[in-house]
Amino acid sequence: MNLLIELFSEEIPARMQAKASADLKKLVTDGLVEAGLTYGGAHALATPRRLCLALEDIPAMSPDTREERKGPPIDASWAAIGGFLGSYGLNHPTAKAHVDSLLHTPGSVTLSGIRFEDREIKGKRFLFAVQELQGRPAAEIVAEVLDATIRNFPWSKSMRWGAGNLRWVRPLHSILCILTTEEGAEVVPLEVDGIVAGDKTRGHRFMAPGKIKVSSFEDYEAKLKRAFVMLDPEARAEAIWHDATQAAFANGFEVVEDKGLLAEVAGLVEWPVVLIGDIGADFIGLPPEVLQTSMKEHQKFFSVKNPKTGRIEKFVTVANRETEDNGATILAGNQKVLAARLSDAKFFWENDLRTVAEHGMTTMSDSLSNVTFHRELGSQAARIDRIAALARRIAPITGAKPDEAVLAAKVAKADLASEMVYEFPELQGIMGRYYAKNAGLSDAVADACRDHWKPMGAGDDVPTEPVSVAVALAEKLDTLTGFWLIDEKPTGSKDPYALRRAALGIIRIILDNDLRLSLDRFIDEGLLKHEISRAKNGDVNGAEIEALEDTLEEIADHGVFGAAFEAVLASFAKAEKPVETGKGTYLARVGKAVPDLSDDLLAFFHDRLKVRLRDEGIPHDVIDACLNMPGNDDLTLLVKRARALAGFLATEDGANLTQGFKRANNILKQAEEADGVEYSFGADVKFAEDEAEKALFAALDTADDTIKPAMEAEDFGAAMAAMADLRAPIDAFFEAVQINTENQILRRNRLNLLARIRDVCLTVADLTRIEG
Amino acid sequence: MAETKPTQPKSFQEIILRLQAYWAFKGCAVLQPYDMEVGAGTFHPATTLRALGSKPWAAAYVQPSRRPTDGRYGENPNRLQHYYQYQVLIKPSPPDLQALYLGSLEAIGIDMDLHDIRFVEDDWESPTLGAWGLGWEVWCDGMEVSQFTYFQQVGGHDCRPVSGELTYGLERLAMYVLGVDHVMEMPFNDPSSPIPLSYGDVFKQTEEEYSRHNFDVANTETLLQHFVDAEAECQSLLAQDAVDPKTGKHIVLAHPAYDQCIKASHIFNLLDARGVISVTERQAYIGRVRTLAKLCADAFVQTQAGGADVKSGIVVPTELM
Repeated sequence: MNLLIELFSEEIPARMQAKASADLKKLVTDGLVEAGLTYGGAHALATPRRLCLALEDIPAMSPDTREERKGPPIDASWAAIGGFLGSYGLNHPTAKAHVDSLLHTPGSVTLSGIRFEDREIKGKRFLFAVQELQGRPAAEIVAEVLDATIRNFPWSKSMRWGAGNLRWVRPLHSILCILTTEEGAEVVPLEVDGIVAGDKTRGHRFMAPGKIKVSSFEDYEAKLKRAFVMLDPEARAEAIWHDATQAAFANGFEVVEDKGLLAEVAGLVEWPVVLIGDIGADFIGLPPEVLQTSMKEHQKFFSVKNPKTGRIEKFVTVANRETEDNGATILAGNQKVLAARLSDAKFFWENDLRTVAEHGMTTMSDSLSNVTFHRELGSQAARIDRIAALARRIAPITGAKPDEAVLAAKVAKADLASEMVYEFPELQGIMGRYYAKNAGLSDAVADACRDHWKPMGAGDDVPTEPVSVAVALAEKLDTLTGFWLIDEKPTGSKDPYALRRAALGIIRIILDNDLRLSLDRFIDEGLLKHEISRAKNGDVNGAEIEALEDTLEEIADHGVFGAAFEAVLASFAKAEKPVETGKGTYLARVGKAVPDLSDDLLAFFHDRLKVRLRDEGIPHDVIDACLNMPGNDDLTLLVKRARALAGFLATEDGANLTQGFKRANNILKQAEEADGVEYSFGADVKFAEDEAEKALFAALDTADDTIKPAMEAEDFGAAMAAMADLRAPIDAFFEAVQINTENQILRRNRLNLLARIRDVCLTVADLTRIEG
Repeated sequence: MAETKPTQPKSFQEIILRLQAYWAFKGCAVLQPYDMEVGAGTFHPATTLRALGSKPWAAAYVQPSRRPTDGRYGENPNRLQHYYQYQVLIKPSPPDLQALYLGSLEAIGIDMDLHDIRFVEDDWESPTLGAWGLGWEVWCDGMEVSQFTYFQQVGGHDCRPVSGELTYGLERLAMYVLGVDHVMEMPFNDPSSPIPLSYGDVFKQTEEEYSRHNFDVANTETLLQHFVDAEAECQSLLAQDAVDPKTGKHIVLAHPAYDQCIKASHIFNLLDARGVISVTERQAYIGRVRTLAKLCADAFVQTQAGGADVKSGIVVPTELM
């Protein structure tokens, strides 16, 4: 038999329909299968007012089942017997008495439908429980499963209505639930909070509001179609796209593709009717992004482009009905609403352009000094200054001109103060680019206004132009270091400042552009910049601030904060400048806090990178082995090493060499612990006795000659290939030679030889981290 | 559906009158606007407080609403700092509330056979009232004409039963129905009246006066003090003994206290328009108003209208029963 379910409600939000119909399918089919009912095909569909599920080939009854379990020996303790009975909810004295009787009178007793019997197995008597369940009619099971499904439906947001207690996404009005056989359809008897299941549905809210009786899925689908309801969301989307492109094509235009919008619109209508209209001459001069955003966000319109002019000149709206006037009234209304929206947008655009024409970008960027970025991190203007300073230092690495990077950083956020972005926050960056170009700034600067926000998410592009890259990195580093400094790190699912996205953004920018930079240094600089900003607003004295500012200058030379800070303090002491650096002083606190925060933030980057590399198929132990090497804040190098190592370990030589390394390392560790020394050098070939031992000396010499230059050239592939050549000599060595011999000279020499293996291997990666 | 379609209304006030007649006919008590400054029809105690407790309720009313930050000196075709909302609240929400609502659109001359009416997801939340609900914004040919909400919580209390709330933005709806592009040009009364008045004749001057007042002149120090006073008064009213010492009756001061909450909320809106509330302070002020709203809700459910059994002398809020 076939099952048809329809849950008919008030309008389900478009964004929830696809998941809801999938959930309905999963919950019902799982429930049926759990109860022993199989099914053939399954069809889950949704419209704004209904979730629908059709299942084919369901048996009329679930099969009979017999479940048998072996329990404890019949003469076991009461605790054991009681536990067994308890698993059937029968842990009480009466049950015990009955079971006890089996001890004296072999046979069986039946308690609550479960037969307990004793059976002999290899001379020992055991208690067995046998539960026989008769198959049940499909209708009964369907009713139970659907009742539970409706009551426990996983809506992301649900509500009550009227005086009832049932929860649904919006009020649930009717349940259609029928089982169809060749003889006809039968309603599954079911009532959920006063809603009695039946065999009737309704058509389109306006075009066919009457009740419709149905007898099968095919009947249901066909009748609904006649009642102006297209059940299948994909069919609706296809129809919309087909009609929209046809209508545009007839005008020589093309529809701007937008899959998200298409899916959403298909979830807003049961009977899609495509209408195409003009945007109006007043508005086609607006930037296409503005038209698109306004039309999409507010009106759910598709943009229609004129390929001859490259401009968006028309729109497509999708109505939910046919009308006598062929949609003329609906189209006119939509056009009117659009005109009101676009006159707002035009007003903002013209005001912004006027501002830019009169003052360039300065009016906008100046007004950001009144805008708080974060209570503890100061104004947007202060933030921009920090970003500009960082961008200047990052510029040489990305190949940007430092002055251009600074200029770009200074204007990149100006559009936040524009009227257009105030109205359409999603246009930030895009508007910045237009305004920067209008202000006569270079393309590189204008593009940075648009691209420094990127990547906004996993699917977004990574900036590639040098100036954009420098500002994008600086912007994200400033955000991360700032929130790290005030201890607003992401916790669990909470990440209100999107810091994970910022870190992942930096990682992607560095890797995709193959950038070589020491992240540590820029984290230190970012932290210190924030520390200085905060110091200037606090009661820190001038000399202390000067010490921090000098440190900032020195970081470039020293590479990291610690060394730079020490150098500055030393020079201050020499010049007898009055700064307190003792325990508990401001500078001592900063001197300790910055490196700790820096390590913590770098670890945060590493965690994000691990996830990324794992997705790439690189195992976590390989990543750990590479993270444990110096220079791990150079992400490009780190990834290069990890990829090479993962490739190497996947080869037979690689895997075996790792085993050889581990064996050497274990022997060494034991010996070093026992002897209290570190075996690190001094292996001499003249003490080599065995041929295999001599061969290993030779092989190591050869490997050294290749590995050292290869490592200097960061050619991990070549280095690892050379290491692979060591596999055979190492294996042969272990085969032929006993390390811990009586002769202490030989033993020490051999241990020192093992140390050479360890050293060579560890130059490439920390192989001790490799599992297995 | 009636055989003959309703005629087209001729003025703003006719649309209001038709809505009043429609909802009166459908059984709502047609109330008058609340006599205090509020930001939206929801603030009327006939909605906020009556959505609480178990007693059935059905009311409809026009509520003048003030949004000081939306003032545009009467120049923007769609924005006003003072405008009208039409509000309907029915508890428990009837199963045919959508149909009832659509009937009201027909009553004001929207022909369902020619227009495209859509219910588009829009969940409602009022941080100042500690309230939320699920529902839609209703679109007519792409224009938002109403908010439709099933209240789930008000003042931190679960709504049991659930109220259905309809809010019509009257000016916008009327402009659409009457085919007017600028609110000030909309006929307020019948254009063929002996003395025809436009919306602008009635409100252009006040929009100018209040825009200037709200943005530049209102005394912020006084307002800040008024906010504190209203807050203190609200709390002190609620701290009174539930038994009136003079009459010996159970009289909780829920409504007088709620008036102070409304007052605080409007003062906050004015301060916001004056630009003296920073982004961080904003949240704190909203939180303070919400605290008051919650206290008032707590008090209301201790009253008879709030569904408590006060006659027996033992007050048991219905949600605990």
